[in-house]
Amino acid sequence: MAVKHGWVLLVLLLAGGLVQAGPSVESWHTSRGAKVMFVHAPELPMVDVRVVVDGGSARDGGLPGLSRFTNAMLSEGAGEWDAGAMALRLEERGIQLGSGSLRDMAWISVRSLTDADVLAVALESAQAVLASPRFDQDAVERVRQQLQIGLRHSLQSPGTVAARRFYRTLYADHPYAHDPDGDDASLSKITVDDLQRFHRRYYVAENAIVAIVGAVDRKTAESIAEQVTGGLAAGQHAPPLPPVPTVSGGELHEAFPSSQTHIYVGQSGMSRHDPDYFALYVGNHVLGGGSLVSTLGEEVRNKRGLSYSVYSYFSPMRVDGPFLMVAQTKNDQAEQALKVMRDTLERFVEDGPSEDELEAAKQNLIGGFPLRVSSNAQIVEYIAMMGFYDYPLDWLDTLTGKLAAVDVAQVRDAFRRRISAPAGIAVIVGGNG
Amino acid sequence: MVTVSPKSLLLTLLLVPLAALAQVSEFELSNGMKVVVKEDHRAPVVVSQVWYKVGSSYEPEGITGISHALEHMMFKGTERFGAGEFSRVISALGGSENAFTSRDYTAYFETIAVEHLERALELEADRMRNLILDPAEFAKEIAVVREERRLRTEDKPTGKVYEQFNAVAWRASPYRNPVIGWMNDLEHMTADDLAAWYRRWYAPNNATLVVAGDVQPEAVRDMAERHFGDLSTSRIPALKPPAEPQQAGETRVQVRVPARQPYLMMGYKTPIVGQSKEPWEPYALYVLSSVLDGGESARFSRDLVRGSGIAASAGADYDSYSRLPGMFVLSGTPTDGHTVAELEQALRQAVAQVRDELIDPAELKRVVTQAVANKVYEADSLFNQATEIGVLETLGLDWRLSTTEIDSLKAVTPEQVRTVAQRYLVDDNLTVATLVPLPMDQQQPRAASSAGGRHGS
Repeated sequence: MAVKHGWVLLVLLLAGGLVQAGPSVESWHTSRGAKVMFVHAPELPMVDVRVVVDGGSARDGGLPGLSRFTNAMLSEGAGEWDAGAMALRLEERGIQLGSGSLRDMAWISVRSLTDADVLAVALESAQAVLASPRFDQDAVERVRQQLQIGLRHSLQSPGTVAARRFYRTLYADHPYAHDPDGDDASLSKITVDDLQRFHRRYYVAENAIVAIVGAVDRKTAESIAEQVTGGLAAGQHAPPLPPVPTVSGGELHEAFPSSQTHIYVGQSGMSRHDPDYFALYVGNHVLGGGSLVSTLGEEVRNKRGLSYSVYSYFSPMRVDGPFLMVAQTKNDQAEQALKVMRDTLERFVEDGPSEDELEAAKQNLIGGFPLRVSSNAQIVEYIAMMGFYDYPLDWLDTLTGKLAAVDVAQVRDAFRRRISAPAGIAVIVGGNG
Repeated sequence: MVTVSPKSLLLTLLLVPLAALAQVSEFELSNGMKVVVKEDHRAPVVVSQVWYKVGSSYEPEGITGISHALEHMMFKGTERFGAGEFSRVISALGGSENAFTSRDYTAYFETIAVEHLERALELEADRMRNLILDPAEFAKEIAVVREERRLRTEDKPTGKVYEQFNAVAWRASPYRNPVIGWMNDLEHMTADDLAAWYRRWYAPNNATLVVAGDVQPEAVRDMAERHFGDLSTSRIPALKPPAEPQQAGETRVQVRVPARQPYLMMGYKTPIVGQSKEPWEPYALYVLSSVLDGGESARFSRDLVRGSGIAASAGADYDSYSRLPGMFVLSGTPTDGHTVAELEQALRQAVAQVRDELIDPAELKRVVTQAVANKVYEADSLFNQATEIGVLETLGLDWRLSTTEIDSLKAVTPEQVRTVAQRYLVDDNLTVATLVPLPMDQQQPRAASSAGGRHGS
């Protein structure tokens, strides 16, 4: 037994298979109610802090892009520092500040050396960034432009256009329907008041998770969490999201000035707490999840040379995220590629994986587990996600056991119940459409 | 075996507790293969990388992209292991693997639990000399490469600009050609072309093995001897020394394609580490790039994004490590209401300012502090640690440069920064490429054209 990287590697052969202990995760709440997730990683003299709120684009309401706009404003001046002053005080100490948002979550991340003077500035700044963004009018207008230009830039890609259309079709009037990037019209009309209102509602302690990984002890981690969230109101957790609608399948074609056609085929998938989570996850690893080894990769790329990048995935979210198969091929092969993808899925749903295929996928996922928690950067993302979706603290410890327990019958059963090719939506963007 | 304890880390040494300091060991097998081991005992994981001294800058006209195409074919089987078997074996061991090709190198890597390292080395050794280049497999894979080119370049406006920018900036340097190759060359490439390329460059005496992770150097040495030690060598051809003729006037190119946003690239030809008039020049150029674009407090963000508001984004890139001299590249997108021409003027003014005036010592201090912190942060990634060593060794530089670069940066003076700006950031030495957006809803003929960088297999 070796103690490494603050985690104990215990390999126990149990009836169900392998059990590996992940990083040792500690959790508590700050005085204002934010949940803290902490892993002690003493080797490098640095600390990562990630604060996640349930304030992704699913909370945009009638203003697509509001979550991302608000999140982008956090680093544009806070407390007594305008955007330039804040950037300077962080960068002249080598502190890194990042932020981002998706459909479920929005976050800030701070990486600092553990040197006391440096860390103090990092934490003081993080508190201001989270709790006291200034929303200066000139900064708001500048960021508005940047978001609009970024959006236009991404719409130069047929893949982005196809993905946006897929979500819009699958989720209809559900809050997952629009892209976190928003749209031009909405970005044009978001006001400072909208931004402040969004910030006040969602950037609150009860709605926040603080993940900490680094060379600090528990007591220091407690004070880090208190300080970072020190300016937040207690507030309330965001309300539950509505269930996803049922939509009928279909094929949507869109012309685009491109030499390739991008294909997005899929349907409603699973949630983070789905009872079929592991069966679908492992099954998809066989179908199209393995990076260089998968059934889709074999059929579309290796056997036929149709596509460079072909894969499938479930995107598990607060409520059912999508299941998607993606490929891109030169325009005159689009029909062929789409047919191969659909046939492959149909066969997979019908027959399930073979014993050997499933075994290989499980070996990859189980054997690869240590790789996925081998750096502080990876661990802080994992534990923030665990805190966000209310996973138990031993989730990483039990992960390999759950993967090992999945069998062929479970995968076949889960895919047959959950995935039906006729219900799928196909979005095809490129060439003449 | 030479074991070097990194005493030269100086500044980092003050910050990093001894336990985390990585030991680096290096040795050479009898057939000339270099092995470098970097210990990192934080997790029972290892990154293994095999680096070959070959990439697009080694390619003659007519077969551009062949190094990258060969990288794809390296997953298509040997006599012992059939097509795709390499990936299946590594995958079943819980590993992940892939490869990348650049102008100056081709590298293959596995990230894997440390107990399976030997298996990865066995497979890498096997495909170093025993690859089968089956014409039927090649026909399918080269179609995949052409799709990759469509994805990364043909249909990507900024990718096209990058490709045209390099193509006109370099008159003789092989950096004029895209890493992925010109479409025409990909259409005429054969399995025989690849077989000849493979025989020429894939040999232990043209390769470096880098292993980073929870390993003991002696154990890696034994494994490397066992699997690579008996591989035969090749006579590696000496490349004719390429020399880019002195540019004597600004070069401009327009790329007119359907797009929604204009885009600008400006490149000044600059020296690199190991090939500069004075050894401090590349470090002064690095400082300069960071003064302009080393974060949100740097000049471009401060003056062009927040100040005048001309730029939605603006960047400065300089790579001090390459086989042949490269460029100091500025790029950006104007905000609505400003033109690419105005952005170009603003970037030229920023350059004129560093030619005319000394940078503020506080700016220099900020750049060095960031570099010191980044060294610590980079130690969090095994992959980056291995890659840093692999790049330097493959370029014929010494991996120890990665441990002394902080000292080299600390020695840079504001006067030196002004000097490199005056010497190299001059109009006669400049190439400018602009993206002129055409309407997206109007079908345009899709001419073959575009960009390099790193390519997963």
